[in-house]
Amino acid sequence: MSFDEIYNIALMQGFAGLSLFAVLLLMGLGLAIIFGQMGVINMAHGEFMTIGAYTIFLLSSLTETYAPGLIQAYFPFAIVCAFLVAFAFGWLAEWALIRHLYKRPLDTLLATWGLSLGMQQAFRTIIGPKEVSPTLPDWLMGSWSPAEGLDIPINGMFVLGLTIVVTGGVLLALYKSRWGLRVRATVANRSMANAIGINTTRTDRVTFAIGCGIAGVAGAAFTTIGSTGPTSGSLYIVDAFLVVTFGGAASLWGTVVSAFGIAQTQSISEFFLSGSMAKVLTLLLIVTILMLRPQGLFASKVRR
Amino acid sequence: MDAIKTWLGRSGLASIAILAVLLLVVFPLAMDTFRLNLVGKYLTYGFVAIGLVMLWGYGGVLSLGQGVFFGLGGYAMAMFLKLEASDPESTKIQSTPGIPDFMDWNQLTELPLWWEPFNSFGFTLFAVVAVPVLLAFSISYAMFKRRVGGVYFAIITQAVALILTVLIIGQQGYTGGVNGMTDLKTLMGWDIRTDEAKTLLYFLTAALLLGAILLCRWIQLSKLGTLLLAMRDKEDRVRFSGYDVSMFKVFAFCLAAALSAIGGAMFTLQVGFMSPSFVGIVPSIEMVIFAAVGGRMSLVGAVYGALLVNFGKTYFSETFPDLWLFLMAALFIGVVMAFPNGLAGLYESHVKPWLARRKQAPAGSGGEPPSASTAPAAPTVPHTTTSSAAAPAADIHLGAKVSSQSA
Amino acid sequence: MSNTDFVLAVEDLTVSFDGFKAIDSLNLYVDRGELRVVIGPNGAGKTTLLDLICGKTKASAGSIKFKNQEMTRLPEHMIVRAGIGRKFQTPSIYENLSVFKNLEVSFPRGRGVFGALGFKCDDAVKAKVDEVAGMIGLADRLDLEAGLLSHGQKQWLEIGMLLMQDPELLMLDEPIAGMSARERELTADLLNRICQNRSVIVIEHDMDFVARIAHKVTVMHQGKILAEGSMDKVQSDPKVIDVYLGH
Repeated sequence: MSFDEIYNIALMQGFAGLSLFAVLLLMGLGLAIIFGQMGVINMAHGEFMTIGAYTIFLLSSLTETYAPGLIQAYFPFAIVCAFLVAFAFGWLAEWALIRHLYKRPLDTLLATWGLSLGMQQAFRTIIGPKEVSPTLPDWLMGSWSPAEGLDIPINGMFVLGLTIVVTGGVLLALYKSRWGLRVRATVANRSMANAIGINTTRTDRVTFAIGCGIAGVAGAAFTTIGSTGPTSGSLYIVDAFLVVTFGGAASLWGTVVSAFGIAQTQSISEFFLSGSMAKVLTLLLIVTILMLRPQGLFASKVRR
Repeated sequence: MDAIKTWLGRSGLASIAILAVLLLVVFPLAMDTFRLNLVGKYLTYGFVAIGLVMLWGYGGVLSLGQGVFFGLGGYAMAMFLKLEASDPESTKIQSTPGIPDFMDWNQLTELPLWWEPFNSFGFTLFAVVAVPVLLAFSISYAMFKRRVGGVYFAIITQAVALILTVLIIGQQGYTGGVNGMTDLKTLMGWDIRTDEAKTLLYFLTAALLLGAILLCRWIQLSKLGTLLLAMRDKEDRVRFSGYDVSMFKVFAFCLAAALSAIGGAMFTLQVGFMSPSFVGIVPSIEMVIFAAVGGRMSLVGAVYGALLVNFGKTYFSETFPDLWLFLMAALFIGVVMAFPNGLAGLYESHVKPWLARRKQAPAGSGGEPPSASTAPAAPTVPHTTTSSAAAPAADIHLGAKVSSQSA
Repeated sequence: MSNTDFVLAVEDLTVSFDGFKAIDSLNLYVDRGELRVVIGPNGAGKTTLLDLICGKTKASAGSIKFKNQEMTRLPEHMIVRAGIGRKFQTPSIYENLSVFKNLEVSFPRGRGVFGALGFKCDDAVKAKVDEVAGMIGLADRLDLEAGLLSHGQKQWLEIGMLLMQDPELLMLDEPIAGMSARERELTADLLNRICQNRSVIVIEHDMDFVARIAHKVTVMHQGKILAEGSMDKVQSDPKVIDVYLGH
């Protein structure tokens, strides 16, 4: 194996890691907002991702049946729908369940696990246990070969672009919009925020729904790299949690960095080891580091 | 006589005695060997559930990785039994006789070094408890010394459950992979598959479980139990009273791990195999629901919870598999939202006052109203042992107050 | 630094949170048997100072010596065992346990895991509980659940829990907050009694109360000591009037 080949393989492996990075980051981002803002651990987050993926599948089927001419164009529209559908379900979940459990984080964990079980079974009953894949537009297929022996899949780059846009949008919204201001005020001091007229109940609900909506977008991204089944989301949930805790729960920037680190570690070690051992190694590394530095990578010292 | 009754009630021994009668007399008389073996299997989850009562109910620490310890205990026992089942005579068709079949299938030609000690039954018994406790100690010491608790700890334990499952499945040659260790036959020459063996193992499991409950009850009544409760509500106050809070949590976690491991070992003996499907994230979190359904503050309640949920699981997943998962979902949500103290809490808030009223009615209006603060005296405990609501425990009323406060 | 006769010697103590110095090279010396009151406007760093001494917050620089023993690196429970007791601002007691249990749990024996398992409530413990319960005026409330006590009684109970440990240095953060006038008087008497064989640091805002109990007053402002001395001297200090008493 020549040096060039090794270089190309490393580069491609790196890009494979980027797809994982994108899904992990989008999952983690939603979780980080929900956890950072409300201290709620949402075990059903993976199922909101699945909802997003199923939305894409549904729209692709509808387009194929009723407007086959639009199959090249439906995808961006479907991503927006994935966000909206997951957002709506998130809104519902917060109203029905989560709002009763604030201040009981461990109980929320169990209740949302129940929610996740119920949602998985609902997918199985309504959509079916088989894995499904949407018909993707042609422009997402194939790969880009900037050099001999180097193939970078276009869907990977698309997912990455989508992630950058969403992450940028979230950061912008959080630090520049009125909603972001309300969220940050509520995080800093809930009762004070209430006192100055911020509707914290509503802020919570919107925040939770937005977190779920981002999971829906993660699901949309996921459809370009794998097929969707009832339990697809739950495969990512532990990784997504580790991304959030590893990055430092309150820091969105930390979420980005840790998602990148975890995805690349996983992807690169996969090149040297079997898939399962790469996973073990990555998880073990994260858990060990978290034991030594439990506050995560990015955390600020606060006067209590 | 009254003094004895009061003492029985206060220490929760009355409810434990009822459970003992149920497990040691009623069930064996009422059930055939197959059903009894099934109950025995459920009881092994009871070990995990009472461990969680100590850790989660008393210590306030939720672990989503109890399957790890259940699995380690079970695997340790399975390794011993597997080695015994793999003597050169019965494995002579293998390319390397004398090693477990799955090793042979995975082209291993000799027994790995770390398997060797499991030829000894004494070492195996030691390892059943020691390995899980060692792991529990190293995880919890590192975390609790650094003040990691709550959801962080839960997530880390969940990650550990994932790691161990992936590791077991990935290392087929050493662990039997996804199928686990099967075809376990004899324990030091004693065939564990016969009806007599299964009955005996059932009694052994029940006796061990009752012993474990008594041990936990003793711990709850000691100063350590008081401190665990105190810590859960006012951790800083305990710390600034000169206690090393982290070590108490480490103890609770190690205790829960040891109990789970014993449960796992008894599981292997009764069921005859061990597989990663009892280790991972899903089984681990299901174990939490056993304790939650029974009542996270009640040792006896947790055992009823384990029995009931597992009975439901067996019944529904055979008859209406779709319905079972919805039911499980409802169980998780309902137990958290509607009755956080589980069956034991329901007994305490509904059944007991009702019993007290009934008892009083014939006595006329002159009878003294039952005092709410005294623990249930033995006579108020129902003698209908088959009712699931017979999960009485004196330790509930503490829990009921705590949760109403935290709600 | 040098060995001293002081029970507590705090020298050059600094703690900063992301660049903000909550305590800024502070020096504080407390004598044996002294009752020191620390006053100062909100945010002056009073509570942070107590947090640092009892180990709840770790210092960025400087030293805290208790009986000439360095405390800054010890974990909290070791600082307590060395003889420093700390009462929190809001009463911090075990609401679900009886008054007796609250005091019993605070008895300094069986503090390890296995010590606690083998702990027996013998006569020595009972005698100590009775003695302390008498001091804090809760002798007839021993069987009551602590959550049912009045606010003032909860404050006393927490002081009692500290007294169970016989600390040589007792630190009280606003012990009379929320108390009635009568309860304040009783608390003042209690403090005057318990400082007879130990040192006490009290954070307080109520000047009448401070005047009743203080041997010496320390005024803090922006993480530093603004003035120190007798109540009269401090009250007439123009700097103090300017930042605190004036408004």
